[in-house]
Amino acid sequence: MLGKLDLSAFIHGPIETVAQLSVVFGVVVVVGLLSYYKAWGWLWREYLTSLDAKKIGIMYIALSFVMLARGAVDAFMMRTQQAIEVGANSGFLSPDHYAQVFTAHGVIMIFFVAMPFMFGLINLIVPLQIGAKDVAYPFLNSMSFWLTVVGAVLINLSLVVGEFAATGWLAYPPLSELQFSPGVGVDYYIWALQIAGVGTLISGINFLVTITTMRLKDMSWMKMPIFVWTVFGAMILVIFAFPILTGTLGLLSLDRIAGFHFFTTDLGGSAMMYVNLIWAWGHPEVYILILPAFGIFSEIVPTFSQKRLFGYTSMVVATLAIVFLSFIVWVHHFFTMGAGADVNAFFGIMTMAIAIPTGVKVFNWLFTMFRGRILFKTPMLWFMGFLTTFVLGGATGVLLAVPGADFQLHNSLFLVAHFHNMIIGGVLFGFFAGFVYWFPKIFGFMLNERLGVYAFWCWIVGFVLAFIPLYILGLMGMTRRLYEVSPQFHPLLVVAGVGAAVIALGMFFQVLQLVVSIWQRKENPAGDNPWNGTHLEWQTSSPPPFDPERSNDGVMVGILAGLFGFAMIWQIWWLAVIGLVGVLAVLIARSFQHHEHS
Amino acid sequence: MDFLKGILHPQGLVAHSELTLMIQATALMLVVLVPVYILIFFFAWYYRAGNTKAKYVPNWQHAKLDELVWWAIPFEIILVLGALTWTSTHQLDPKQPLAISGEPMIVEVVALPWKWLFIYPKEHIATVNYVAFPKDRPIQFQITADAPMNSFWIPELGGQIYAMTGMVTHLTLASDKEGSYQGMSANYSGEGFADMKFKAQSMSEDEFDLWVTEMHAQSHYLEKGAYQTLAKPGTSTVMYYSEISPTLFDDIVRKFNHAR
Repeated sequence: MLGKLDLSAFIHGPIETVAQLSVVFGVVVVVGLLSYYKAWGWLWREYLTSLDAKKIGIMYIALSFVMLARGAVDAFMMRTQQAIEVGANSGFLSPDHYAQVFTAHGVIMIFFVAMPFMFGLINLIVPLQIGAKDVAYPFLNSMSFWLTVVGAVLINLSLVVGEFAATGWLAYPPLSELQFSPGVGVDYYIWALQIAGVGTLISGINFLVTITTMRLKDMSWMKMPIFVWTVFGAMILVIFAFPILTGTLGLLSLDRIAGFHFFTTDLGGSAMMYVNLIWAWGHPEVYILILPAFGIFSEIVPTFSQKRLFGYTSMVVATLAIVFLSFIVWVHHFFTMGAGADVNAFFGIMTMAIAIPTGVKVFNWLFTMFRGRILFKTPMLWFMGFLTTFVLGGATGVLLAVPGADFQLHNSLFLVAHFHNMIIGGVLFGFFAGFVYWFPKIFGFMLNERLGVYAFWCWIVGFVLAFIPLYILGLMGMTRRLYEVSPQFHPLLVVAGVGAAVIALGMFFQVLQLVVSIWQRKENPAGDNPWNGTHLEWQTSSPPPFDPERSNDGVMVGILAGLFGFAMIWQIWWLAVIGLVGVLAVLIARSFQHHEHS
Repeated sequence: MDFLKGILHPQGLVAHSELTLMIQATALMLVVLVPVYILIFFFAWYYRAGNTKAKYVPNWQHAKLDELVWWAIPFEIILVLGALTWTSTHQLDPKQPLAISGEPMIVEVVALPWKWLFIYPKEHIATVNYVAFPKDRPIQFQITADAPMNSFWIPELGGQIYAMTGMVTHLTLASDKEGSYQGMSANYSGEGFADMKFKAQSMSEDEFDLWVTEMHAQSHYLEKGAYQTLAKPGTSTVMYYSEISPTLFDDIVRKFNHAR
């Protein structure tokens, strides 16, 4: 009746139980507060069922912040474990729990922090920048959001009932096969990503169509803001890359549920096929995240240099070059799998080639600052933080792209430092910059500048303290994913732990900034154009008019898809059928109703 | 100094060449990095809004020649780096024989959950979590697995290669100094991953011969049953086997072509 689910799924070790209870407690507090303030109706009408892209954008960013807290807790647990694990002290995490933590950290930060943050900003700004009232398919937009929420809920649910994957964030087989991972952890991983992934793909199509067809009449392609261009590029990548992810995870689930042998050790299964496929999605994914961040900086640098963007055409060409190149570099994630020298050398050189358009972008930003009048407001500070760290990360990336060097650096903490360098210094700083830049537009009041500056300095100092030691540790020969480390690595791991604490302080200032700014919102009205921005979003009121249209169907699809996912994880087949048929029924029923827009 | 351990402390030809390659590539990149960092800080400081003496040209947004230069500089650097990559990748191809004299020695490596089995086919011995070899001779590691994917890595001797079931990957390394080097798995393979470490012991030719003779004097036979016990999930201490089933390695590689 309940598949693999029984009471034992709720019983965990002491540390896991704390996590379990915090999730339950968090939900109870939120539900309690909403009930106490009788806010359910307001929340339901104004946000949960809204079809307005800006409302959906706000919800995406809220989701991203909640998951950032979760992913950060995972990071602090890992840093603490590695910092206190010395001599007789074996730390507080068991090997299996540590593996679940680093897996969850990676999955959450990419899929449920970076992606929703990106789609949040896109939802808020792209329609405004092209002069459109909304996106092409507002209902699908709401549905995409709810499918993303389902993925996030499933991941957190794994803390309460069952377990999460202990495989690393890409779940390489054969470790992720039934033979080595018999529990439901990998199934949580698969179905959370499958459901969220469908949402992402639909969003990709939605924004591609929006940008292609809904621009103001006199906004030709070469008049689009660079942010719109980079989103356009990222959405092309989403449309080409995400079906690969869905297919690959689909094959893995067939292996696990139906006894197939795509990636098993025996009967002709090939783990190497999985590694190729997952990175054929995984590499474009990196550019899906970074391209919009580049776009955000291309908005911010001219605004705060009080000057036009230098080299618009170059920026467009560079963006499209990155879109193209990002599909022919995936092998650089596994030069060490034994491919021949020709193959490795080709993918190495293609990878370096991406440094050319990226370098051009850096030069164009620099020469936008040249002969400008630069105002160092928080968005510009985030840009400076990005530029100084990203150039370093780019250089270590080129180093890793040389196969002969990668043989030594692969899987070491040098690699870990490199991609955090790109994802924190590049993607996250970019999204933070976009958030503080466009916040006044969406909410109509300014964020507290001083607390924003504190947050920035904590993040940049914390970043350097947390990740420069990892570069050195990698060179010393320390591999990633160790719950237990040799004593010679210990001093630098303590430094990295201190860095994580400084980042935590930065996050505290960000929360404080939001609270204080909301508290003092009446004293700090934004006006229509607080930064003297030149693009269309600054021509409308702050906040811009919201579209009152709403639909309950997005939430319904989310709930049913969530039941389907939960049922697939625990193999409760009747419930899976109800969930899937329910989703289709809602969509079919909706197609018979008349809507002004679909 | 602990900082000098690992990749920065190469003890063999491969690790030496890989480190040299890293230094060359880094030096090439510094050609761009240094001016870029100088420009970043100089522009940010000089063109700050407070500095009204600096020239201000708000509408300057396009200059063909300048843009050509931005495209050209990274392009040229990548051209040089690309050439370096092509030649070095072929030179450092782990399947290639090494440019040192001395008869190559073969060591068969099996990644087990969570320990390393080393088989010396010519010497008919085997070891667990310990591998010994003479210095100044190319050591051809032939690597497979009877476990989730692992990566075979001895940082001081040279770069890694994956260990996978049902197939054999190759890595040729050499050491030019006697000594004990840390080897490990670099690819996460489950609960006991952190303990998948081994000592790689480089010794003189005479010492190695003596060691092999001593090994033969013991009587631990690694036959099928003993192997199956060893292959069960769990960590292990260092172990020695004075005799092995001659087809053991091939059997391990081949068994995955059939149903479990």
